Amino acid sequence: MAWSRRTRRKKQQRGFFAETAIEEGKFAQGFPEYGPERMGAPVKGFTRIDDKPIRIHSGIENPQVVIVLDPTLLEAIDVTEGMPDDGILIINTELSPKEIREKFGIKKGKIYTVNATKIALDTIGKPIPNTVMLGALIKVTGVLDLDTLLKNIVKKFSRRFNEKVVEGNVQAIKKAFEEVKGE
Amino acid sequence: MKVKALTGNEAVAEAMRQINPDVVAAYPITPQTELMHKFTEFVADGLVDTEMILVESEHSALSATVGASAAGARAMTATSSQGLALMWEILYIAAGLRLPIVMAVINRALSAPINIHGDHSDTMGARDSGWIQIFSENSQEAYDNTIIAVRIAEHPEILLPVMVTMDGFIISHTMERVEVLDDEVVKSFIGEYNPKYKLLDVKNPVTFGPLDLQDYYFEHKRAQAEAMENAYKLIREIDEEYYKISGRKYAYVEPYEIDDAETVLISLGSTAGTIKDVVDELRLRGMKVGALKIRVYRPFPRDEVKEYLSNASVVGVMDRSIAFGSVCGPVCLDVKAVLQGTKMANLPVVNYIYGLGGRDISPKDIEKIFFELEKVKITGEVPNLPRYVGVRGEEDYVGEKKGFKIKN
Repeated sequence: MAWSRRTRRKKQQRGFFAETAIEEGKFAQGFPEYGPERMGAPVKGFTRIDDKPIRIHSGIENPQVVIVLDPTLLEAIDVTEGMPDDGILIINTELSPKEIREKFGIKKGKIYTVNATKIALDTIGKPIPNTVMLGALIKVTGVLDLDTLLKNIVKKFSRRFNEKVVEGNVQAIKKAFEEVKGE
Repeated sequence: MKVKALTGNEAVAEAMRQINPDVVAAYPITPQTELMHKFTEFVADGLVDTEMILVESEHSALSATVGASAAGARAMTATSSQGLALMWEILYIAAGLRLPIVMAVINRALSAPINIHGDHSDTMGARDSGWIQIFSENSQEAYDNTIIAVRIAEHPEILLPVMVTMDGFIISHTMERVEVLDDEVVKSFIGEYNPKYKLLDVKNPVTFGPLDLQDYYFEHKRAQAEAMENAYKLIREIDEEYYKISGRKYAYVEPYEIDDAETVLISLGSTAGTIKDVVDELRLRGMKVGALKIRVYRPFPRDEVKEYLSNASVVGVMDRSIAFGSVCGPVCLDVKAVLQGTKMANLPVVNYIYGLGGRDISPKDIEKIFFELEKVKITGEVPNLPRYVGVRGEEDYVGEKKGFKIKN
């Protein structure tokens, strides 16, 4: 499950991870939560990945992995709600996992952090942490292969963006893959 | 065959690209809008030969589709909710004129209060309009059903319009794995459309929809009912042909773990998938539970429902809409009607109304339903009014605190 704030880019957020999983031969579902449409409203996106067909069509109440794209959400929302005790929390922040745990009194799960906004600024030139976090996600979970993800990003982004933006995104994902820190 | 990551909307748009209809007329409405975005992209890119007509309302969208179909074109459209409601009078005209239109309906709640999310209120209102209705569990089925629907609609012994439905957002906006057939395979499966009667065939003039009073109206309506009967006989053959080209076997209903099931839960659409997971879970705990998904809702699969319920001791029927003022929801009414007059007339049937306005239905909710049905089986006490699942204030409907006491 991924927490972020509503932007006009919701379409792109939706399905990269699910799409890449499907192209790797897995079964997956990717779906957003359609709630308030105002800019900046907290919004969730969901992904399920499995080796066998996924038949369930309910919302995700107990996410094994929670990604937080906007760290200011931690002040407003309990992002670990429903997450099992051994869940994984990946946060876009300049703070370390230990600092996050202490600052927000998070009791469960394993925390990982990566400064995705800075990486995005350095590589893409814009503060868009969305694709960057995918690098951290696959490093931490290992459910997908880095090369397949990068290939998919190039394929998808080349249709809409120039070479510089595509390469920036590739570098950003690689960097997040390397820089994500656990406890 | 290709594996693609598609939402339900994109999957149907992809099917429409391969069908390459002569005419598509549409008006945007959430959650159908994305489907037509995608399809009009295909039109703009020159990937289809379709004459795309953008109209000012759904009433016009279906009217234009009716006109095109009567003229002899293969015509399609898509809508949701209020859009379907606005099409109402034209729905009956499309069916009465026996026009083989295929329409995707992305199920959404009806106003008021306004709600953009998925439930079956929209198509349930159209269940008696003379359209064939096929429900899809997931994106794959939405894709497959759309292609199959063309053959059903255009079969010379059927000639009826078909609605292919999917649950709004739950399927329409969820990206899933979809196996897409090759363009050529779809093209040869649906074949050329050569209607026997068409308005533009000026050498053989015909009239569509003239005045038809006490003298012949009834005969025409009787023939329309017979066409629905023919559909009930013939859909099987078309599904079988589709199996040969796709490897995916469809039928009027899909039983799941039903052979030795004492408790059977009936549903339509996306919830059927979630129920299968719950059935597996409860079977591991030793409960003899099973499920029956209704795929073809109109014509109602009366023989299949009877057959698959013949070993059941108790039945639950899930309705994602309310038939206000009726004794139960529409699907439950049909199931009860089918059992009436058979040796299963006394089979306990409990109606569960759920998921209105897109309210999530979780595996826990479904477990709770199965547990209540177990209690009904043991006590023989059958609630005679619908249960409302997942609604505030009625969380305790199973009557857990009162042991086996069934609350009415």
